This record gives sequence, C-alpha cells and structure tokens, in this order.
Amino acid sequence: MDLRLPSKVLEHILSFVDSNEDRNSVSLVCKSWFETERRTRKRVIVRNCYAVTPEAVARRFPEMRSLTLKGKPHFADYNLVPDGWGGYAWPWIEAMAVKCPSLEELRLKRMVVTDECLEKIAASFKDFKVLVLTSCEGFSTDGLAAIAVACSNLRELELRECIVEDLGGDWLSYFPETLTSLVSLDFSCLDSEVKLSDLERLVSRSPNLKSLKLNRAVSLDALGSLLRLAPQLVELGTGSFSDKLDQEAVSKLSQAFSEMKELKSLSGLWDVLPEYIPLLYSVCPGLTSLNLSYATVQMPNLVELLTRCSNLQKLWVMDLIEDKGLEVVASSCKELRELRVFPSGAEGLNDTNVAMTEQGLVSVSEGCPNLESVLYFCVQFTNAAMITIARNRPNLKCFRLCVMEPFAPDHKTQKPLDEGFKAIVERCKDLQRLSVSGLLTDKAFEYIGTHGKKLRMLSIAFAGDSDLMLHHLLSGCESLNKLEIRDCPFGDTALLENAAKLETMRSLWMSSCCVSFGACKLLSQKMPKLNVEVIDEHPLETRPDSSPVERIYIYRTLAGPRLDMPEFVWTIQKNPEIGVSHLAIK
Amino acid sequence: MSPEEELQSNGSVASSTRNIVGVLKEHNYLGLSDCSSVGSSNLSGLADDDKATISLKATELTLGLPGSQSPARDTELNLLGPAKLDEKPFFPLLPSKDEMCSSSSHKNIASGNKRGFSDTMDKVPLYTEKNWMFPEAVVATQSVIKKEVAQNLPKGKLSTTNNSSSPPAAKAQIVGWPPVRSYRKNTLATTCKNSDEVDGKPGSGPLFVKVSMDGAPYLRKVDLRSYTNYGELSAALEKMFTTFTLGQCGTSGATGKDVRNETKLKDLLNGKDYVLTYEDKDGDWMLVGDFSWEIFIGVCKKLKIMKGCDAIGLGMFCFLLVMPLKSLV
Repeated sequence: MDLRLPSKVLEHILSFVDSNEDRNSVSLVCKSWFETERRTRKRVIVRNCYAVTPEAVARRFPEMRSLTLKGKPHFADYNLVPDGWGGYAWPWIEAMAVKCPSLEELRLKRMVVTDECLEKIAASFKDFKVLVLTSCEGFSTDGLAAIAVACSNLRELELRECIVEDLGGDWLSYFPETLTSLVSLDFSCLDSEVKLSDLERLVSRSPNLKSLKLNRAVSLDALGSLLRLAPQLVELGTGSFSDKLDQEAVSKLSQAFSEMKELKSLSGLWDVLPEYIPLLYSVCPGLTSLNLSYATVQMPNLVELLTRCSNLQKLWVMDLIEDKGLEVVASSCKELRELRVFPSGAEGLNDTNVAMTEQGLVSVSEGCPNLESVLYFCVQFTNAAMITIARNRPNLKCFRLCVMEPFAPDHKTQKPLDEGFKAIVERCKDLQRLSVSGLLTDKAFEYIGTHGKKLRMLSIAFAGDSDLMLHHLLSGCESLNKLEIRDCPFGDTALLENAAKLETMRSLWMSSCCVSFGACKLLSQKMPKLNVEVIDEHPLETRPDSSPVERIYIYRTLAGPRLDMPEFVWTIQKNPEIGVSHLAIK
Repeated sequence: MSPEEELQSNGSVASSTRNIVGVLKEHNYLGLSDCSSVGSSNLSGLADDDKATISLKATELTLGLPGSQSPARDTELNLLGPAKLDEKPFFPLLPSKDEMCSSSSHKNIASGNKRGFSDTMDKVPLYTEKNWMFPEAVVATQSVIKKEVAQNLPKGKLSTTNNSSSPPAAKAQIVGWPPVRSYRKNTLATTCKNSDEVDGKPGSGPLFVKVSMDGAPYLRKVDLRSYTNYGELSAALEKMFTTFTLGQCGTSGATGKDVRNETKLKDLLNGKDYVLTYEDKDGDWMLVGDFSWEIFIGVCKKLKIMKGCDAIGLGMFCFLLVMPLKSLV
C-alpha cells in the first residue's frame, strides 16, 4: 500500500506554509517532499548572492515570483569594502529574464545595479510589480525612467539609501497616465527636484497608494497639496520641513495632517524647524513608527512630540534627544519595541552631544517592557548600566552598542566592559544580534561564547587581546551565522582550528586583524566549500606567508569561486601564482 | 631544515626583538610595517589572571620572516603578560609594545577604501610625492598617532582629556568608524550646514551641482551652499579630486607597480595645471571666478575641472585650480 501523501494534497498543505525556514525543513524530509516544495515556492531569498548560481536557483524554483538578494558584506556600509568588489545584479537579472519571465518582485540589498539591469527588468518581466533597492548603487535616474515607463502593473518602487546618479527629476514624469496600481513609492534618497504637477497627478490616480516617501527637494508647501490628495497614506516620508510658510499655508498644512487618519509611520523631516513641530501633533497618537534621525531639533521640541506618541513601537532619533528626552520616551512610549539613537556630530566623536549618556538607555529599558531591539551610539558607557539594562530587559533580541571612543573603558571604574556584556548575553537568552564596543578583553568573548547560544550575528571592533577571543566565539556560539570583525588582534590559530565551523556560517569578515597570508591559503586549500577571498590592495604574489592581509571575506558557497573578482580580490583559484601555503601545522 | 623547524626558530629571533621598543620595524616587500604584536600588554594588564589553558598549544603556529635563525623560543618574552603564556603572538614583528596589531589598520586610518589607489592618500593632510613612494613615512605618522592614543591605555583612560593634551592628529579619522552609513553622514553634513543657514535665509536648501573632471572615472556632486567663497570650494574640490590624479596613473598600469606609478604621476603633474569651469544658465562654459560668489552660485549649473591647455579657448585665466603640484615643492 502506498502510504505517501498524494502530491496534490501535499501541495495544498504547503500552500499554507509561508515561512521559508519551514519550507526549507519541509524540503529535507524526503525526495517527493523536496520536489513538491520546490515546485510551489513563490518567494525565494538568497542572502548571499555568491553562495549559489542564478541558474541553480531558477532551476530549483521554477514558479518563483519574488526574489530577494543580498550582495556585499555588511561592513560595506562603512566603507570597508573597496569599490568594485562585486555584488552585481546583472547575472541574476539576465538569468531570470530567460528562466523566470513571470518574476514579479525583486528586492536587492547592497548590490551593484546598473541602468542596463533596470532596462532589462523593464523589458523582460511582463508582470513586474515590486522593485525595492536598499543600499544599492550603480544606476542613474535614467534607469528609473525605464522602469516607470514600461512596468504597467508596478506596485512598489522603493529606493532606500541608494547612491543614484541623479540626472534630474524627469524620471517621475515617465509614469504613464494609465498606471493606477501604485501602492508604495520611495525616492527619498534622490537629490533632484521632481515636477510637482507630475507627482500630484501620479498620487491622484493611485487610490491604493499607502506609502509615499518624498525626497528633500519636495518643499513643505508641496507636501500640503500632496497630503490633501492622499489622506489615506499609512507611511509618509516628508521632504524638507523648513520653508517659511505664511499663516494660511501653515493652517492648511495642519488641516491636511489632521485628515490623515491612517498614518502609522512618519519619516523624513529634514531640516525641521521647531515652529513646525506642532503640525505633527495630530498624527502622533496613531504613529507606530517615527524616524527622527534626520531631524536636527533639540530635546525640548523632541519631547513635545514624543509625549504624544503613546503607541510608538519604533523610534529612530539622534542623540540630540539627550537623557532627559529618553526619560520622556520611557514614560510615554510604553509600546516601544525598537530604539535607535544615532550620533548627531558629523565626526561622531568630536562634537557629539554630551548630555546623552548611558543613563538614557537605562531609563528606556526600565520604562518600556517590550523593548527588544536597540542600536545605541554613545561616547562612553558603564558595566553597571549594561547590567541594569540586562536585568530590566531579558527579552532583548538585538543589542548593538557603539561606544564611539575606541577602547573606552567603563568611565566610572576604568575597567573593561567585559562584565557589562556578560550580563547582556547571560540574561538575554534570546539574543540574536550583538554588536560590542569599548574596552574589551578576551574574557568578554569567553562570556559571549559561553552564553550566546542563540546569537546569529556578531559585530566586533577594536576589541580583545588574542586568538582566544576568536576561539571562544567560533567554538562557543552554536547558532553563529554572521561574524564581522575589524581591528582586533587575533591571528591564524583560532581561525584554522575552527575551520569546520565556517561551513556552518553564512560568512566571516575580518579586516585589519592579524591573519596571515599563509593561513588564508591554507584555509582555501583545506576547505573547498568555502570561498576565501583576500581583499588586499597591495599585490600578493611576492608576499611572505607570514605577512598579514588587509581583509578577508570567507563564505560558504555551492557555486564555487566566483568569476567576477576584481584585481584586488585574491583567491587561490583566481591567482594560482600566489602558490600554496608554507605554513606547517602540527 | 624542515619547514617546521624553520618556522619555529623564526619565531624566537623575532621575539627577541620585541624588547626593543619603537626602534625596529619589520618591513614587508612594500616597505610597510608588518603586523605587530597580538594585543597590547597594557590591555592585558587589565584582564583577569585566571586564564584557562586551551588546546591551542596543540596547533601552535609560529610565524616569522623566512631566513631568520634562532634557538628555542623564550616564552618569557611573551608580551601578552603572564596570564597568556599559552598563546603565542603570531606576528612577533614588533615595533612597539604600545601599538595595537596590524599596520594595515594604520593604512586604513590613512586611507579611504573606496578608491583602489587612495591607500595612503585620503587622510594625509599634506600630499607629497614622497608619501606616495614611501608609504612607511605615512605609516610612521600613523604609528605616532596610534602611540599617542595608546599612551593613555595604561591608565585605562581614553577620556576627553585626550582633546586637550594630544594634538588633533590623535583623533585621526578611522575609516568606517563610528559605523555610520556614508549616506547618513553625507545627509547630516548638509543638514547641519542648512540649519545654520536657514535663519535669515528662507528657502535655501542644498544646491547640488555635478562636478566632472577630465579623465576621472565618474562624477562627483557638491553642494554649493555649503561653501561661502571660492577658496572653500577650491579646497574641497582639490581634496575630492586629488585621488583621481593618482588614480589615473595607478589604474592604468596593470601591475600597479610603484615605479610605473611614479613615472606616470610625474608626467601628469608636470606643468599641468587644472582650471575650474562652469556651465551657466545659458549653457555656456565659463571660467570660474569672474563674478561674486553670490552671483556665481545663482548661475552655476555644472562644474568641470579641465586641463589648463584645454581651457585656453575660454579666455583669460582668472581662476586656477592647481592640483597637488604645488605641494611637491
């Protein structure tokens, strides 16, 4: 008797399984489940575009409708990855154009996207609906025009913090009059002014528009008319908030805001003048997400705003908020889940607000029971504060503390911050993401290795004393998936000893550490399932094995060595002239 | 001698040099200092002394330059302090105890990684050909910087007293630190300037114009409102485009060898001045400098840095943007 579930039944069951993690598990059960799952998966996420070839993905998931790709390593955000390293979207788009022409959604992060890519998308995918580019670069507004003109069913076009060659604002005018399906438009990272009349017409004919994020060039006056055309918006990113308006214009704008009953998320607010803050009062009670990280107003104004945001779940703000402001957040925003405090000084260190200390975060941890994600830039910190925070909030999932002074110890006791981070990893049992900073010895990493069992992503800078540091992490953190390290004094041993661990992780980034050239070669030789990329702008052919390399990026891959490496990326496959390792390991 | 033995003995010769503080500097073939000691003894003084031994001993590696001879390693020379006897520093090529490991981090301090050949250039205040050819000069500068910072370490204090006691160089800008996205940094830089200007100047936002340079691989953009006179603009452009001058000689050589770079650099800079031109509202290309600054920012649509010889047709030289040539003196 055939006890197997008929595939049609299985298909039906699987249609309720949404999460890719669950689907991955399903696909491991047996061959027929693998087959059924792969034929029905619509949404594919590849978190390292070099871990697998586009052809393999297309072959496995023929019904793919949505593809998400990530390219460069995270530290590329901070200029640690030289230009030209890779992360090109083209091979993927080219492959999908042939193999998956029904693709509807493309979400790319940290990838190089050219105008040719955008033109290809516009030409190849007849039912294209969603394009979200985060931290991408390489394209111009001409490419956007291509998308606008051709994608007649476009729903979402979002450019988040991309570097775009801005040739002017006419791209917006290319949206045809027939396009009425727009749900989300985000061009906040562009500089040029778009034609207001075109924007207004676009907004008027988009009844489903829920999210609109304008760029800085859109004036306050223009904002008023746009809001009147789209009072149904759920997410709004304003343009510049600083033009001088006359009394009538101000009251009209105030009226427009008060009509926005659905608004949940507010961002933009560039250059916001204190006298315009009251304009926002009417929408505050409904807000769940507020991004003030470009609003350079001082604490008293911020406080006025935040006391009214009782339903706020996500708050991004600059350290202009000061400890006092965070106290107000702690008492007013009881639903807060995520807090990010960015440095206001351009240099970070030299002109950072001194009225914001570790006390601010302590207050929030006391007052906000649902707080689970923190990103906090601060000049200095104390162990006592971290211990208190950990005790208050054992439900933390993401804790990223950036003490901006490298090697800064506990400013009250002058001790390393080891004990503070120990408390965090010990108490916060579900901690998945951690960034450490300040003065840290190997002990801190021993604690992290011992307690950080659910830790998936760890970022480290200017810390530790020796190889023990890395050894603790690689041998202790069972769930470790991404590890990125800069300027730490460990060398080869821990890396080579824990080489097998690297196949269980997505990637490892190390820059300005003491890893030798020979160790990199040895690792490549021994671990064929890893791509070991030495990213070093000085030629390596004649370097001795003992010399340290500038950066290494190691990631597991099924695709083998990639074919698009620039001159300054060295692997033993691409550069056989560098020879084999002469290291002797006992 | 087997490779193993050779490596073993290399370690201790190098380790015996560890005590010579600040004098010896091992250089790799490029003249750059190799990575120094693993960790700083100052830091380890703060750590607990109850380090458990781990099985690292079993996979002990010792690395040093090939060719150096010596007897057995002397663990008492271990800079990491008594608590760390079992971990050998793997780069016992130590200029100074005070230095944190990796002169590549020194290079990073000096360089922006965005451009391939900007290594030692970006943050070095005075660009000279000398610096390009002898990167260790830069590294030496950076070592000084690092030392100044590190000197506070014994007390475990890297507090704000730094600001008064150390020269500005002690806060040398570290690439990618603090970890704030460049997008944010750039946006904020303009925001701050604008909030200064907004009082009394209604409706002024940033005024971005594209700047291109003959031979540069891509355009840049500058916000004209962030400068108040021609001098500031000139200085900013000079900083921005210095690397392109280098880039031209660096990237064209496939091997990137220093000798070729030097020749090409000299060719480029010898007698080649650059002039700054702009395109006005009517589409005409003019030399920058004829009008007052206020009028200029009102009419300027685009900027272009042309080679002096190409700009002769534009009439008299009113404004010369001379590239690092003048610093060569």
